[in-house]
Amino acid sequence: MSQAQQPLTPVESNDPIMVPKRVAMVRPETRPTLRRREEKWVMTFPHLIVREAIMFMMVVIGLAVIALLFNAPLEGLANPLETPNPSKAPWYFLGLQELLHYFPPVVAGVVIPGLVVTALVVIPYARINLVAGPLWSGDKKRLTTAIAAVTVLLVILFSAFQCWAIVVPSVIVAAAMFLAQSEGKGTPFRRFLTLVTLPEWIMTWFVLVAAILTIIGTFFRGPGWSLVWPWNMYPPA
Amino acid sequence: MSTFQLSTLTTWIRSSAVYRSIVRHGVADTNRNRSLIIFENLFLHVHPVKVREKTLKFSHTYWLGGITLVASFVLIATGILLMFYYHPSVPQAYRDMKELMFVVDNGVFYRNMHRWAAHLMVLGAMLHMLRVFYHRAYQPPRQFNWVVGVILLLITLLLSYTGYLLPWDQLAFWGVSVGTNMAKEAPLIGKPLRFLLLGGNIVSENALLRFYVLHCVVLPTALLLFLSVHIWRIRKDGGVQGPPEKASSDEVES
Repeated sequence: MSQAQQPLTPVESNDPIMVPKRVAMVRPETRPTLRRREEKWVMTFPHLIVREAIMFMMVVIGLAVIALLFNAPLEGLANPLETPNPSKAPWYFLGLQELLHYFPPVVAGVVIPGLVVTALVVIPYARINLVAGPLWSGDKKRLTTAIAAVTVLLVILFSAFQCWAIVVPSVIVAAAMFLAQSEGKGTPFRRFLTLVTLPEWIMTWFVLVAAILTIIGTFFRGPGWSLVWPWNMYPPA
Repeated sequence: MSTFQLSTLTTWIRSSAVYRSIVRHGVADTNRNRSLIIFENLFLHVHPVKVREKTLKFSHTYWLGGITLVASFVLIATGILLMFYYHPSVPQAYRDMKELMFVVDNGVFYRNMHRWAAHLMVLGAMLHMLRVFYHRAYQPPRQFNWVVGVILLLITLLLSYTGYLLPWDQLAFWGVSVGTNMAKEAPLIGKPLRFLLLGGNIVSENALLRFYVLHCVVLPTALLLFLSVHIWRIRKDGGVQGPPEKASSDEVES
């Protein structure tokens, strides 16, 4: 600290030895912050804090209005001797309960939920999720065979259990994947489809299947887990 | 005689020794004071002092994580109120529901709010995960925060599920019976796990007490713990990540 600093002299030269250039090697999967360009920054207070406060109030007010309009369900005292028909789990488990109708309990209750949770955990570590480009950007012949093979396999597997609620969305998603070959032509929707990556197709298929199973389980299953119309549902829905 | 002015009062409060011992910065009239508001506050300092302007756009995150967080705040607030009137025993638990509906002031309202906020929290967490997936916001460096998010989703589902039994009505009893019957199908650990969870072989008074303790103590603690990690890591990983940017250039700034 006490030493006097050397006076700095500007270097006027193009010699790379005299004026070293800094080169950074960045791998594609590196931090996005390294790749940023010029961006506009604003003060957190008030810009973000005010928006957060508004969001907070809107959610609380919205919930309060819903709570004033709709009562939470309450049925009779629990009675282990009187089984309601049908007895249903909460809505977020009704997809699984619907699967119970088609598959043995160990598959619907253990194997499938286990696979779903495992698949969710490995998403950020699977290479396909980090590098995937638009679906048809690679080898088209191989991809056609792969999609067709997987679809046929799924259709045969789930048809064997008569689980049309999975067969139908699987066929629809496969058809949409082939529709995405339009190479930037056609309607804006078809052009959008061409940009969808394989992981996104798989997730969309999963969400579609889960939503259909949950909706069927919630609104279309009556006594003995038989198919009924929602308006013919014996209470409780 | 001078008339009363509100600004005189606020100025007097702001310049008092007590107020200045609590809040050490002035009003938010300069960027310096606006910075101090953030980093001199325990709760606000999860935020940086400045944020990228584009992150304020609604379509950047659709606020789904924030909405889920607010739902959990509502659940904690209404849940504490409900706990004052609830006994986890048979059949008193069910009588307490009737008490809430017909005797307790605003009892119906708080129970309704708790119920709908729970649905919002489950739905919000699911939609938040979908948003993160389609925006590819799980990519490095945010891989582990995605895993923490999966854990938070499971805790949320368990919280909702344990709460489902507490009213001890037919809906609760049979809903939980259906679910726990599925759990016993797991090879080896299924039956012991179910016995541990229910405190017996059927859904009974023991199960009600265990679900109550899980719902009010164990799971909320776990939720707050993982939530803290989740939110802290958002900051550490460079803030909220919106839709993927078009990679027009991969040039790196020094």
